Amino acid sequence: MPIRTEPVTINLGPQHPSTHGVFRMRITFDGEIILDVEPIFGYLHRGSEKLAEERTYTQVITLTDRLDYVSSMSNNLAYVLAVEKLAGINPPERAMYMRVMVAELQRIVSHLVATGFFLNDLGALATPLMYCFREREKILEMFEMLCGARITLSYMRVGGIFQDTPPEFWPVLSDFLDYMPGYIDEYERLITGNEILLSRTKGTGILSAETAINSSISGPVLRASGVNWDLRKADPYDVYDRMEFDVPLGTVGDNYDRYLMRIAEMRQSLRIIEQCADQIEDGPIKANVPALVRPPIGDAYGHVEAPKGELGFYMVSDGSIAPYRFKIRSPSLLNLSALRDMLVGCKLADMIVTFGSIDINMGEVDR
Amino acid sequence: MTTVLAGDVIARRIEDSIPGAVEESTSRDVWVKPETILEVCRFLKGDSALSFDYLVSISAVDYIEYFEMVYHLLSMPNNHSLVLKAKCWGREDLTVPSITSLWQGADFQEREVYDLMGISFSGHYNMKRIMLWEGFPGHPQRKDYLESPR
Amino acid sequence: MEPIYVPFREANSFYRNLYDLFAEWSFWGVSPIPDWLAYFLAGFLIVFAVVNTVVIVTTIGTWVERRLIGRFQSRLGPNRWGPWGLLTPVADAVKLLSKEDTRPEGVDRWVFNLAPLVFIVSPLLVFAVIPFGKNTYIANLNIGILFIIAVTTVPTIAMFMAGWASGNRYSLFGAMRGVAQLVSYEVPMVLSIVGVLLLAGSLSLVDIVEAQRIPFILLQPLGFFIFLLAISAEMNRSPFDIVEADSELVAGFHTEYSGMKWGTFQLAEFIAPFGAASIITTLFLKGWDGPLLPSHLWFFLKVCFVWFVLLWIRATLPRLRVDQIMGLAWKFLFPLGILNLFITAAEVLVWETPTTVQLWAMVGINWVIAIVCLVAVSHLMSDKLSTRAPLAPFPVRVRRDLREVR
Repeated sequence: MPIRTEPVTINLGPQHPSTHGVFRMRITFDGEIILDVEPIFGYLHRGSEKLAEERTYTQVITLTDRLDYVSSMSNNLAYVLAVEKLAGINPPERAMYMRVMVAELQRIVSHLVATGFFLNDLGALATPLMYCFREREKILEMFEMLCGARITLSYMRVGGIFQDTPPEFWPVLSDFLDYMPGYIDEYERLITGNEILLSRTKGTGILSAETAINSSISGPVLRASGVNWDLRKADPYDVYDRMEFDVPLGTVGDNYDRYLMRIAEMRQSLRIIEQCADQIEDGPIKANVPALVRPPIGDAYGHVEAPKGELGFYMVSDGSIAPYRFKIRSPSLLNLSALRDMLVGCKLADMIVTFGSIDINMGEVDR
Repeated sequence: MTTVLAGDVIARRIEDSIPGAVEESTSRDVWVKPETILEVCRFLKGDSALSFDYLVSISAVDYIEYFEMVYHLLSMPNNHSLVLKAKCWGREDLTVPSITSLWQGADFQEREVYDLMGISFSGHYNMKRIMLWEGFPGHPQRKDYLESPR
Repeated sequence: MEPIYVPFREANSFYRNLYDLFAEWSFWGVSPIPDWLAYFLAGFLIVFAVVNTVVIVTTIGTWVERRLIGRFQSRLGPNRWGPWGLLTPVADAVKLLSKEDTRPEGVDRWVFNLAPLVFIVSPLLVFAVIPFGKNTYIANLNIGILFIIAVTTVPTIAMFMAGWASGNRYSLFGAMRGVAQLVSYEVPMVLSIVGVLLLAGSLSLVDIVEAQRIPFILLQPLGFFIFLLAISAEMNRSPFDIVEADSELVAGFHTEYSGMKWGTFQLAEFIAPFGAASIITTLFLKGWDGPLLPSHLWFFLKVCFVWFVLLWIRATLPRLRVDQIMGLAWKFLFPLGILNLFITAAEVLVWETPTTVQLWAMVGINWVIAIVCLVAVSHLMSDKLSTRAPLAPFPVRVRRDLREVR
């Protein structure tokens, strides 16, 4: 009898330790090698876009917190930018500096979580994860000082921020800026040169620049493929045009580049936070905006460089107190567009690592 | 800063290349006929001066009498952007050509528009619901969808 | 009367004393316990004591492991239940015993239920031939090391039984990986042991300990390194834990188990490092021998140290991919094992009964060879570390002290 082999189909998820939420992939394997991948979404779909149509412009901020729940600040920022564009509001300087500062702190949080879980996906038994969470905790404590919340922050308002900085925040930030570079160096010492990490991540999950652009991929994943595109440079919002920072770029677009990208971006974020803290002046923190914002009839698209990629909000106003249409351009969902190109032909273990290096968040994928 | 290209200028360029495609244009946006979306996008992507190589997002808005498809396009080398719109009149059996052959990133977004708005895309290889389950009644993002029918 | 059952010649004094106690116990001149029963009782008591000691030490070991891994991960670890959380293993055991034992539909019932039992037998059997102290062992098999090699392969059968019978594809993946890994790592493991055997000139573990004038780790550094890797792979410990890789296969072959069946798997996996540490101590660290302290304590301390090293590796390293693991076994460990074997054989041939000076000469030669080999291997493995462009440098700037400003 001739030996007969047949492909095996596995439903990876929706409940699986490394799908970063309730995500499901229907994968066909030939032994350990992946033949086909079909992502299946929707297990966390809450209808945020529909819900927003029945809320005032301020109330929608709480919905944006729950999109990508590890980077609420960036979501807030993208939303208020979109509404300000729609309503033609200019926030005061101090508010813009604060927004940029907290958005960069949030980027560090998101990248710490991404790095930690990436190493967890590599099988490092949660040790790097706990190291990363140690510093994340410090930033969350700072957020707690600023707005009383740690995860779902709702810190920003249309036309500014909702509350001025408490005086005890600045020494804590100063301390943080002192020790954080040392901690990033520690991660690098522990992780970057590790032979197992190198052999696992180099040359796996390669995403070419052409495929990345064609698949609407954004953020660190796009830049790891060598595409120099960062909205903070290309289309600066708030006070990013006054900041001096570099955009790190990858060369190959493999998992290792994506990992390095996040480490390098954390360093650049620290630079931006330092400059913000240097340049910020006293002043009002909120423009004169009525409690119920009524933007004129029209539409606007506001976007920011969120930690995961380009987060955009397409808002349509009918002149009432609630948005007529609220469309979320979520980076997590679109970064999965090239999943098939990256995964087909690689092994099961590489699949998990590649998936971890894209760094998606199911709250944002399913909305 | 990303330059937002003037809609009128682009409308003339499109009209030169694909006559009869443009319906309307303002200083910001261009409205094209929905059935010409694919050709217009192919032109915008392929034209050397415009070279819109990046599809930012696809949205659909329900204006009761018509649905408006909104395409945000971006050119990375030139750092300019364009908002392309198309009005689809009617409520039922709406079909728009799919642009997945040009941009792979359109895949999930078109499926989402189909799922939540009920506009289907011809030429999409996998036109099925993305967020909701198969057999879900109605398309919840529509303005006339109030709650799930019992 | 001369006893019929004479394997006690090879047994230790505890065993013989117990046997004598039972066999010669007389009741008004009548000896009610026949020889065979005395033999059984003596054996049973010893085995009972050893197995329970192992299990209890392992239970405390789980607590130590969790506390230590907590420290490795800059957190506290379990510290709520009992002093320093010492009663956590008890709570775990009670929880596991009271849990519902679910069995999914469509499993192969007999094989499914049998697999945990088969799995736990092997790590316990290892202790049958380990000398715990001076003249303390259950059996002094003259083929002790062969016995250990045979017994440590048994969990793979259990793994495959569990993986196949579960009817779950994750389990099957884990089982397939387990078998492939075992087949690969058995070869370097045996090769690394052969070096020890050549030096000791015996297969009996008791003789091997006694043959160590200096610990064999000094004479067999390369063998020790290969054996450490191979035994880690056989136990499926990180970085070789692809069999139950939690981030890939959920829990590998025991995905579908619950309650105490799962607990049995887990217990066996916690016993295995103690078994491995005992083997390493016996083969490479001069076993129970040491100055001042009693031999049993020496053995225990050495085992704890090796166990800690295994734990350290587990808490530190990420996991290798399945093909890299096979590549490591066949491309690096196998040639190194052959090299080690030939060098040791040559040395034994030249210095048949080495003097102290010759012994230390052997130590020098072997360490130089080991270091050269390991450095070469690490360079071959680590795919040109420094050719990658460095990261964007973090500029050092003078920053206003924010405290003064605000």
